[in-house]
Amino acid sequence: MEKIQNRIIYDDAVISVDKLSKSFGDRQILRDVDLKLYRGENLVVLGRSGTGKSVLIKLISGLLKPDSGTINVLGEVVNELKERDLMKLRLKIGFSFQNSALYDSMTVRENLEFPLVRNKRNLTRAEINREVEDVLEGVGLLQAINQMPSELSGGQKKRIGIARTLILRPDIMLYDEPTAGLDPITCLDINTLINEVQERYQTSSIIITHDLACAKMVGDRMVMLLDGKFERQGTFAEIFDTDDDRVKPFYDYNFIV
Amino acid sequence: MGRKINNLLLEFASLHRFLMRFFRELVTPPYEFKEIIRQCYEVGWKSFPLIGLTGFIVGFVFTKQSRPSLEDFGATSWLPALISIAIVRALAPLVTALIASGKVGSQIGAELSSMNVTEQIDAMEVSGTNPFKYLVVTRVVATTIMIPVLCFYIAAIGLFGGYLSIIGQDQLSLLSFFTQVFDKIAFIDIFAMALRAIVFGFTIGFASCYIGYNSSKGTEGVGKAANSAVVASMFIVFIEELLIVQLLAVITPLIS
Repeated sequence: MEKIQNRIIYDDAVISVDKLSKSFGDRQILRDVDLKLYRGENLVVLGRSGTGKSVLIKLISGLLKPDSGTINVLGEVVNELKERDLMKLRLKIGFSFQNSALYDSMTVRENLEFPLVRNKRNLTRAEINREVEDVLEGVGLLQAINQMPSELSGGQKKRIGIARTLILRPDIMLYDEPTAGLDPITCLDINTLINEVQERYQTSSIIITHDLACAKMVGDRMVMLLDGKFERQGTFAEIFDTDDDRVKPFYDYNFIV
Repeated sequence: MGRKINNLLLEFASLHRFLMRFFRELVTPPYEFKEIIRQCYEVGWKSFPLIGLTGFIVGFVFTKQSRPSLEDFGATSWLPALISIAIVRALAPLVTALIASGKVGSQIGAELSSMNVTEQIDAMEVSGTNPFKYLVVTRVVATTIMIPVLCFYIAAIGLFGGYLSIIGQDQLSLLSFFTQVFDKIAFIDIFAMALRAIVFGFTIGFASCYIGYNSSKGTEGVGKAANSAVVASMFIVFIEELLIVQLLAVITPLIS
């Protein structure tokens, strides 16, 4: 058990990925990747666009099937689970999509109710309303409850997307590019929200990003995906303490240019 | 050439998997009754005005155009019988299917494709909902139920349109019109109309869902999916019509 900032990170891994490989056609995206996410930890996965960061979390959540390797989530091997068991496991995994993926034919309230109503069928209308309002208040957007997704800004959509995953009280959060396409101030808000979510809901998170400010602000530990493998890992300072031409421009662009 | 054949075979395999999955998900709980009813409303109820207007125009115009030919033989009194056979045996199911392919097929193709592009289908899956059951099964069931309903509706409106066309020039009561209409229609004709409509309804729902659900990513994929859903639905409907007509030509004498 280790204490980072105000966070307690435990020794047990909630996600354990071993020798994971995935290719699309002739293109190998991930090569024998190993990864562990410890309970209570915010792990940032860095890497250039198209290096397979999003593929990794889609494999973890069972949206894609690996070519080889094992993915163990909360003690269950994802790639060996039957559809029904995978559905149950997914309720413990929150997935925040890059483009929020809000159901555009539903209001914000309906978006949040959808997973709740379908997975906790014994809830009363009053309980559903209370849950929805509570989570929306948590992301600071209670006033948007009756709005349609098309009426929201990019940052608001991100928050609602995160709220929709939180409503099922997941143990693990997977964030796919949480700050992509947002202005710097909204990025700060989203990063703060990620930290608040971790503290309030005691989640363990994987954050996929190429935004180093986001990585620095939310990450307890970082790994960098290079040529389909995690070649560097550690704290922010450890990752960028190198002359590797594949890593240096990353840092230089974010903090010098 | 070899590659094209390979792609065609892969497409057939994918279609077969989709069809098998549809029947598997259809019979396994949980059942999405609420969503099926909502889709019936979207697919059926919202199509009533368009289908009604089309049916009326088809019946009215068909009767108007048929009159001169019958007049040559002094047989305008056969108009009700002619209309009834034409509408019930051929026009009602086919016109319903073509209108539904355009309206419902494009809607389903575009909707599922845009949900696919914007990762809404993935979002549904990771939040513990089976998107195939919720999006595909409900829509296919809804079209299979509602296209026959629309077909009977278009037949009724079409016959009424024909009646209005007749009384523009002849004197004929509504009662005697419908008596003549039903004199010429046998049970097998009604059965054949319902059978066609059910098959067409399933086809439109299934083809549109398959194309929308498996569309390529990107906004271009949405347009393509909507377009392909209409073209594929219409094309398959015509082929099915051809086959069903041949089948009924064999079955009808046996039953009669």
